[in-house]
Amino acid sequence: MPNILELNSIQTFIGQFHILEGVSLSVAEGSITALLGRNGAGKTTTLKSIIGLRPPRDGAVIFAGTDIRGRRPYDIAALGIGYVPEHRAIFRALTVEENLKIAERKKGDLARRADFIFGLFPDLKKFIKLSAGQLSGGQQQMLAIARALVPDNRLLLIDEPSEGLAPILIEQLMTSIRSLSAHTTVLLVEQNFRMASQLADSYYLIDDGKSVQHGAMKDLVNDRATIQRYLGAAQA
Amino acid sequence: MTKSIRDHLPYLLLLAALVVLPFAISFLTGEPLNKGIALFSQGLMIQVFILAVFALSYDILMGHTGILSFGHALFFGTGAYALGILVKYAHWSLPVAILAIIVIAALESFVIGILSLRVHGVYFAMVTLAFATVAFILVEATDFKQWTGAEDGLHGIPVPDAINPAIHRTEFYFLALAFAVAIFLLVKLFVDSPSGRVWAAIRENEARATSIGFNTLAFKVQATIISGIIAALAGALNAMWNLSATPQTMEVGTTINALLMTIIGGSGTIIGPMLGAGVLQLLGYFLNLWLGSIWQLVFGLIYILLVLFVPYGIVGTWRVKQLDWRAAWRARFARVSK
Repeated sequence: MPNILELNSIQTFIGQFHILEGVSLSVAEGSITALLGRNGAGKTTTLKSIIGLRPPRDGAVIFAGTDIRGRRPYDIAALGIGYVPEHRAIFRALTVEENLKIAERKKGDLARRADFIFGLFPDLKKFIKLSAGQLSGGQQQMLAIARALVPDNRLLLIDEPSEGLAPILIEQLMTSIRSLSAHTTVLLVEQNFRMASQLADSYYLIDDGKSVQHGAMKDLVNDRATIQRYLGAAQA
Repeated sequence: MTKSIRDHLPYLLLLAALVVLPFAISFLTGEPLNKGIALFSQGLMIQVFILAVFALSYDILMGHTGILSFGHALFFGTGAYALGILVKYAHWSLPVAILAIIVIAALESFVIGILSLRVHGVYFAMVTLAFATVAFILVEATDFKQWTGAEDGLHGIPVPDAINPAIHRTEFYFLALAFAVAIFLLVKLFVDSPSGRVWAAIRENEARATSIGFNTLAFKVQATIISGIIAALAGALNAMWNLSATPQTMEVGTTINALLMTIIGGSGTIIGPMLGAGVLQLLGYFLNLWLGSIWQLVFGLIYILLVLFVPYGIVGTWRVKQLDWRAAWRARFARVSK
């Protein structure tokens, strides 16, 4: 499969702080790629650099063959990249339906994709008229992912979807992400190694703002030393 | 009764009460419509309608888009002065002058929006305050006295007899009421539109709205333009009502009034700021009548109590309580049916 996304040694700063000091990665079209690392390693900043919320000062962000570094986030999103930020990033005051409709890039996107979206997340259909703030944590996370599925995105950047969710909800979420990967490519940031290892085909490890290792997920699962070194003893 | 009528019943009842009000007061006092309390009360309500529209325009920014402005009086004053200058000195007809005000306010708010909205929060508020202060200084300046009347203001704005409030107050009452209703419906249309949803998204989290593909600056400028035009139209009606435009319309106090009306009524609720205008205006009048010079002190205390005990404003708090009551009833029903 060709690569839909390539990062070539991106350098990203927050104010004066040099956060990403050379992150490189490739994401094959149709795959799920996990971006792993400890807290503060630079995973979220990498996603923000791709979508343009933290534009890299140097390096290249190649999406579908075009360097998109330096473009505005709304221009990048319009190219077909959906971003699901961490912390259940929904619009709480809007209804479930409004949260989904707001993501329409073309009129009728939601109607066209409704069967697919509500097939993945049936609860959302049930609570379509409810204010999003009244949903449970798991449903809010599902809504955040569903919102990114409304337009025809070619790549989804999903940041910490399992954060703060009960195990049973994580299972549901994993099933949904696995199903949606048949339709789109996913770059997944996840602290929960068990979840990431069951979902992803390949992985990239980030440490101190640098990509340090990558490969097939099935190889990493058996490499306890690497897991312990870069993700901590609890994940090994 | 259809669901639509049932949902809108409180609004329809309020509108019916406002239509009947002048006649009811006339009937109860035994005075004709153009005399005594009946006449005076119409004047009081006309001010409420004008301020209600002004508050509504402020709510588009603060309540729906999450933009705090300290310079909103600039648009109100622009409407008032533009109407006065165009009708009195340029001898334009009223409809043409009003169309011109829409264009002027759109350009003004576009320029201010583009220049100011690149900064956020209190910085935006300070930039808008600076713009409004410049405008206030300009209308007070003696250099332009022949056009603005400087500190005295621009007086003697000619208004067609048919709607001249000094001659036909009841007609003007209904004009102001119709204006308020029309703007209410227009704002509701905007807020319920796809653009309105993006405003709400920006209010909730601008970075999030950007990351899902919206040029938030464009939407904030759009909200500023719509808000500016509505505020200018309210200012124009205010000039027609007073037959004058004074520097007070551009004062920071005028913006603070809009802020108070929005907070008291409930920001982001559309009808709330309009009710807030009624509360502020009528409560102010009656407190002044009953308490004399200490009325502002008492009003300040009432305002503090409202903020403490009605934190989302009158309409906002009512809606929150309604949700709580519904949830409590659902829980009770679930317990009983087990």
